[in-house]
Amino acid sequence: MKVLVTVKEVAEVGDDFAIEGTEIAESDLEYDLNEWDDYAIEAGVRLAEDGIADEVVALTIGPERSEETIRMALAKGADRAVRVWDDAIADSFLDVDTKVDLLEAVVDEEEPDLVLTGVQAADDAFGATGVALAERIGFEHAAVVNDLELDADAGVANVRRELEGGVEELTEVDVPAVLTVQTGLNEPRYASLRGIRQAQRKEIATKDLADVGLSPDDVEGALTVTSMYEPESESDAEIIEGDADEAAGRLAEVLREKGVEA
Amino acid sequence: MADPAVLAVAEHRRGELREVSFELLTAGRELADAIGGELHVAVVSGDVESHADSLNREGVDAIHTVPVGEEFDHSVYQGSVEALVDAHDPTTVLLPNSVNGLDYAPAVAESLGIPLVTDAIDVAYDDALTVTREQYGSKVETTLAVEGDRFALTIRGGEWPAATGTGEATVESFDVDVDPSDSGARVQGYEEVGGGDVDIADADVLVSVGRGIEEEENLELIFDLAEAMDATVSSSRPIVDNGWLPKNRQVGQSGKVVTPDVYLAIGISGAVQHVAGMKGSETIIAINTDPNAPIFDIADYGIVGDLFDVVPELIDDFE
Repeated sequence: MKVLVTVKEVAEVGDDFAIEGTEIAESDLEYDLNEWDDYAIEAGVRLAEDGIADEVVALTIGPERSEETIRMALAKGADRAVRVWDDAIADSFLDVDTKVDLLEAVVDEEEPDLVLTGVQAADDAFGATGVALAERIGFEHAAVVNDLELDADAGVANVRRELEGGVEELTEVDVPAVLTVQTGLNEPRYASLRGIRQAQRKEIATKDLADVGLSPDDVEGALTVTSMYEPESESDAEIIEGDADEAAGRLAEVLREKGVEA
Repeated sequence: MADPAVLAVAEHRRGELREVSFELLTAGRELADAIGGELHVAVVSGDVESHADSLNREGVDAIHTVPVGEEFDHSVYQGSVEALVDAHDPTTVLLPNSVNGLDYAPAVAESLGIPLVTDAIDVAYDDALTVTREQYGSKVETTLAVEGDRFALTIRGGEWPAATGTGEATVESFDVDVDPSDSGARVQGYEEVGGGDVDIADADVLVSVGRGIEEEENLELIFDLAEAMDATVSSSRPIVDNGWLPKNRQVGQSGKVVTPDVYLAIGISGAVQHVAGMKGSETIIAINTDPNAPIFDIADYGIVGDLFDVVPELIDDFE
C-alpha cells in the first residue's frame, strides 16, 4: 500500500509583529512544519514500519523555502517528497479549491491507497482541504481522526473521530480514503541524526503549474483577503503589576478573597 | 415557497440538537435579510419532527426534514444538502464549523463547485459576501471577499446568539435518494473519553496548565501549587497530546467544560477551543508572558510574567 502525506510549511507569528497591507511583515514570520501534519507523517511512517505501507510520499504546496520543512518529513522517515509551486500562485490567497486542483494532479500520478493530512494548517486554519480532496478524487474520508487502525486485508481503516465534549465516534472507513489527522493521534518522533543525513539524499521532485497540467487561469481563486488587522483587545482584566514576589503576594490576596484557602 | 437566501443545516447528536444549531438560525436570518430572501433550515436524520419543532424559532421561514438514518453520517448529510440546494436554489449554504460540519461541508462545496469559507466569526453581504475570520492562532483577523453567486460557509460556535421565540415556519418532509447502508464510512458507536478518578468539572478551584510549562518534569510545580491552594489540576490540550496528563484533565471544546469559582490559567495562551471550555468560570486569572495572549481578553485578573518566577512565590504565600 502506498501512503501519501500532505504537509504544509506554516507561518508563525511572534508576540510582536507588524501588518503591511493584508499581510504580516515577512521579517516577523517564522516558518515551521504544521503541527497537525507532524502527526500525519508519524502515522504514515508507522504504517511503513508495521509493514503495511510500502512507500510513504510527502506532498507539499510551497515555495523553495519550504524544502527545509519538507526535509523534516523525509528525516522522520518519508521515502520521498513532491513539492508543487509556481510563481503564478505566489501572491494570491490559495483557497481550498485551488489547493485541491494542485494536489489532485499529484494524487492522480502517485495513485496512493491512503492519504493522510493534518486536520488544519496552523496559520489559516481552514480545516477543509483533506475532505475536499477526498470528494474530488473519489476517496472515502474521515475528518478529525485521533486513533487509526488499518486493516489492509479487509480494506478498511478503523478510526476514532474526536467530536466535541469528550465524545469519540468509532467509524469504519473504506479504503482508499483521506483521513484528516488530529493532534494526539500518536507521539511524533524527533528526526534522528541518521534520519537527517539520509534525508539529504532523498528525492524532492518539484512541479510547476504546467507539470500538473494547469494554467494560471485555472488557479484563480474565489477568495481575496481585503483587510487584516489586530483584533481589539476586549480585556478588562486587572493586570497585577510588580516583580514576581509582589505580584504573587497580591494574587494570593485576590485568591483568598475569592474563597481559596489552603 | 420563495427561493431561500440561506439554507442552514442543523446539527444534532444522540437525540439532542447542538447549541450551534440555534446560533445558525441567528446568523442565517441576518444573512438572509442582507441578501433579501428567506431562511430555510434543514434537519437531517434522527427524530426530525421533534427537532423541527425546536428549530421553529423567530425568523425561520421553512424547515425541510430528511427522515433518513439516526446519527450523523457524512454521505447522508452531503447527499441531502446537495439535493436541497438543487431543489431550492439558496445563495448560501450555512453549516456549523464543528467536527461533523468539517466532515461534510468541504465535500458539499467541492461537489457543488462553490467557494467555501470556514470558521466565520462575522459575515456581511452588500452585493457580495464578505467574511471575517481569524488567522495565525487568533493573532489577527482578516476579511475575505468571496466571488460568486453561491457559497458555502461554516460558522464558529458561540459567535452569534442563539435564536429565540417561536417561528411560523412551514415544515415539509423532503424526499432524497440517500441510503445510509451505502455509506463508505460507517459509524460503529460512540465512546465517552476522559473518565477516571478525577472530575475537573466538579472542582471549585482549578489550577490549569498549558504549553508554557515547557517540560513534563515542570508539572511538579503546578501540582505543588494546587496542593498548597487545595485546588485541582487541569490543563489545555497540548499537555494531554504530549501524554503528560490524562484526557480527563483536559479543558476545552474536545475535553471538559468547566465552571469553577476560580480558574487559574498558567502558561495558557487561550486558544478559542480552550476558552470554549472555561469561559463560564466565576473568576478567571491568567499568568502568561505574552501581554497580547487572548487569555487576557477573558481574564478578570492577570499577571504578565514568567510562570517560573511567579508560581514558586505563590506557593510560598500559601504554604
